Amino acid sequence: MTSPTIDRATFDELKDTAGAEFAVELVDTFLAEAPAMLAELRRAYGAGDADAFRRTAHSLKSNGNTFGARAFAAMAKDLELGGMTPVQAASGKPLDALASEYARVASALTELQRG
Amino acid sequence: MAEVAGRGARLLVVDDNKVNRLLLTRSLELLGHRVAVAENGRAALEAMRREPFDLVLLDIEMPEMDGFQVLEQIRGDLALRDVPVIVTSSLEGLENVVRCIELGAEDYLTKPVNGVLLKARIGASLEKKRLRDQQKELVRRFATPEVAQDLQRSGFALGGKRIHASVLFADIRGFTPLAEAQPPEETIELLNTWYTLMFDAIGSHGGIVSQIAGDGLMAIFGAPVALDNHCESAVAAAREMVDLIELFNAEQASARKPAIRIGVGIASGEMIAGYTGTSERATYTCIGDVVNLAARLEQHTKEAKRTILIDAATRGALPATFSADALGATTLRGKTQAVDVFAA
Repeated sequence: MTSPTIDRATFDELKDTAGAEFAVELVDTFLAEAPAMLAELRRAYGAGDADAFRRTAHSLKSNGNTFGARAFAAMAKDLELGGMTPVQAASGKPLDALASEYARVASALTELQRG
Repeated sequence: MAEVAGRGARLLVVDDNKVNRLLLTRSLELLGHRVAVAENGRAALEAMRREPFDLVLLDIEMPEMDGFQVLEQIRGDLALRDVPVIVTSSLEGLENVVRCIELGAEDYLTKPVNGVLLKARIGASLEKKRLRDQQKELVRRFATPEVAQDLQRSGFALGGKRIHASVLFADIRGFTPLAEAQPPEETIELLNTWYTLMFDAIGSHGGIVSQIAGDGLMAIFGAPVALDNHCESAVAAAREMVDLIELFNAEQASARKPAIRIGVGIASGEMIAGYTGTSERATYTCIGDVVNLAARLEQHTKEAKRTILIDAATRGALPATFSADALGATTLRGKTQAVDVFAA
């Protein structure tokens, strides 16, 4: 794991185009929304709701890409495209991995907000 | 709506994800647009039916109603189908892009959306929308509903094609002294009345007014939509114009205002018809010898002291029930060869 949690070039470009102040607000929004989305992903998995599972993974991927959270976005993309079967085969571990990566993303983004 | 293409337009952002919605809204507002948002497809359609938008930016993966369903609904709705839609999505797979385009999306942008691309695509879509709106307005003002429908079906392109049609020129006789004898406000009112009456007579016989200038106009019968009996339609319209002017003159007389007299010239045959101008401003018109002949006949009404003059081709196509006086071979101003002229 040599690649950074947040790709600085992507994040800086976001700040440049949307404005630094707005970027801070956008990070706040993501940090406020993401836990509920991760919970929804688990709910959909538990309920066998494939549509909601795909849609939520897609949404998390999209937000990950916006902030330059490449590893997080890649994991979400695998869930979006792979569906629930591989997750079941791995006893739900990919969901735990995504949650751990989110924790890293959240702290990195909070750090960037201050800087 | 899009008064200035590319800026100050009214846009609708449709996305179920709050971060995406905020970011896209922000980017569009920085480009100078006014933005409304909807959280899913159903809310988007409701918003579109409530107020007009110049452009919609549509996500695909959404709960309740996804973007594909929204595109289908928009395409099936006459009131909404002309609103351009740019799909903004992070959907995987080229087949999804193709599906959006097939369903009528104007363009497809991958999220996260690149600012430069966004600006360019929005500018292009709004410009296309503006041209379509302008074209519809042009058609509404200058064409009958049949012509308008034909244009909606066949589209709009500059350039001409050979057609057979009748061209009609009409103007007010002795307009300049009339205009000088009354206040300008009354002259404008008179002109507006005259145009209203003439448009009505022309439109009711299947013609379109292609040009208006001062106190004169040019109308075409048989294009852009073919008419079986364009000669007869043109002459019938001319006669209706004369009847309407007589009615108008009776009103003028009772208001102690001056009467107006008109002159009409009609010629028929092959000509080049099409849209001329630029893509910004164009008019449907015809050019060719037949058009010049119709204009000369209209001018000749003064010397001939007849209200409606037609050429031999028009006369030849009229049914026997139409009476017309043969005035003999006449050399019209600007022409070297004499032509047979008839008063209808």
